[in-house]
Amino acid sequence: MPADSPPPLRLRAITAGYDRRVPVVRGVSLTLAPGEATGLLGPSGCGKSTLARVAALLHRPDAGEVLLDGEPVRGWRHRAPREQRTAFGVVFQQPRLAADPRLTLSALIGEPLRATGRRAEAQDRTGELAALVGLTPDLLARRPHEVSDGQLQRACLARALALRPRILVCDEMTAMLDASTTAALVAAVEDYRRASGAALLAVGHDRTLLERWCDRTVAWDELAPEAKPAPSG
Amino acid sequence: MTDRTQNPERTDGTADAGTGAAPLLTLDRMSVRFRMRRGRYVAAVTDVSLALAPGECVALVGESGCGKSVLASALLGLLPENAETAGTAHLGELELLGAAEAELARRVRGRRVGLIPQSPAAHLTPVRTVRSQLQEVARELTGTRGKAALRAAAEEAAARAAFPADHLDRYPHELSGGLAQRAATALALVGGPPLLLADEPTTGLDRDLVERTVDELRRQVDDGHGLLMITHDLAAAERIADRVAVMYAGRIVELAAADAFFGAPGPRHPYARGLLDALPERGFTPIPGLPPELGALPPGCAFAPRCAHATDACAAVPALASGVACHHPVPAGTAPPHEPHRRHGPADAGEKQVPTQRTDKPGPPQRPESVDAR
Ligand code: SF4
Repeated sequence: MPADSPPPLRLRAITAGYDRRVPVVRGVSLTLAPGEATGLLGPSGCGKSTLARVAALLHRPDAGEVLLDGEPVRGWRHRAPREQRTAFGVVFQQPRLAADPRLTLSALIGEPLRATGRRAEAQDRTGELAALVGLTPDLLARRPHEVSDGQLQRACLARALALRPRILVCDEMTAMLDASTTAALVAAVEDYRRASGAALLAVGHDRTLLERWCDRTVAWDELAPEAKPAPSG
Repeated sequence: MTDRTQNPERTDGTADAGTGAAPLLTLDRMSVRFRMRRGRYVAAVTDVSLALAPGECVALVGESGCGKSVLASALLGLLPENAETAGTAHLGELELLGAAEAELARRVRGRRVGLIPQSPAAHLTPVRTVRSQLQEVARELTGTRGKAALRAAAEEAAARAAFPADHLDRYPHELSGGLAQRAATALALVGGPPLLLADEPTTGLDRDLVERTVDELRRQVDDGHGLLMITHDLAAAERIADRVAVMYAGRIVELAAADAFFGAPGPRHPYARGLLDALPERGFTPIPGLPPELGALPPGCAFAPRCAHATDACAAVPALASGVACHHPVPAGTAPPHEPHRRHGPADAGEKQVPTQRTDKPGPPQRPESVDAR
């Protein structure tokens, strides 16, 4: 990469968890190159989802540094400056836990636009996003309990793309889905990345999937400093 | 309930597996639909015919919402009030769809059909040890009495499910995911049912645990159980099944030997081909469009709006004939053979687990051209 363009995201020696005495992530470093798709492979419960939350500024690490376009991140969650927070689009494993059951899919997809005061845009943009993820217009008026898991996950992906993120974080996005829906969601992510040049961190436990999807796939064990020096950072 | 005149030909799918044994379970034109408000119906299972022999595993595969779990519930007599059934499901001489609840509770569930659940954690009682749960079920189902006999029955079921005897006095929360799954399997085996029904037994498990779970289930099949495994996990189905039944919009659209289906010549139904081609180790290409709603099925072939081969003939529902329900199936034996394929079995498990580094990476998936023209 050119010297004048810092990596979109760099995690340096991150230690994080839910109890300071027993961190689930210890001294992990990882760098996303511009436009690159990085797969992070690990068994369930290994701490990779916590690292993904740190990377997306959703969980404050106990130690270490996150650099966004070379700038150190100083706040997490609502304390992160808006332009840093909105640089990310995040999709989780369980769409039912990530979607407000009272919203229609159309409102769900447009939520980030309304939350950032772009209500006027929401209408057109929702239609575009729905088409990108393969949702038909008749589904947009429904609420989460009226659609399948696969359809709801498509809506969650559309929502993650609403603010045109520069970095996408997909944490086990397709773990509950059938083969065709998995391939469709990955194709939608890749369509978006081709058009936008966004970088991707895809976290999962399926090696075949990550190796097919991503430019490079790193195993969780390789990131732990005690195993061997981190490949980057 | 359904228009039988469209499907005059009876196809019970008894074709084989080569076991020659009399089937354990025979479904003949089994249908389940749900009565909804305003006179609407949801057709969850339509005209399913299938036979399962002892020592055979049939994997029923399809996307979530295709009706496969409703089929399992129907066989166990666990359908909600608003369900209506048609056709028959014979377990030996007993017809399950018409059987009274008392009969199912007293003679069928646990004794003749064992259920291996999707989430073992939810199936085990949290406040009791595995041993005490196994003993209670043994007492209830087999009439075993006496401390020593119950102990023996529990230990035998545990051994058959490869559940370690020195963990029998543990509580469910003290077990790993793999051991909880084996405990649930032991519970399904304790009543000695010849037929096992597994409902998405591998959902959400890591790949190595999927493989272990599936290999253990296969052992039960090799011991003579019949297993109907309901799953959306094609890799798990490939590893375990003798035959594969592909369900789409409530109907079986293809019924084939697993070797032929996953290897050469490959699936013959356009949906089944699309499903396999969506796998990341194959084309990684999604099937365009979305599955239809079971409450608003299109007339004719339900796959037509997504099918690149559809013609006017597809306005009529295709019958299942020679294992495929399609007006324009890929002719048998003409499909391009896929990369060398290996059947399941512990002997080749080691080789299968080592993923080869891809050097000829075919690049990111491409969105297929839309065929949604009709
Ligand atoms: S019957 Fe017609 S529409 Fe249906 S799968 Fe076959 S070719 Fe396609």
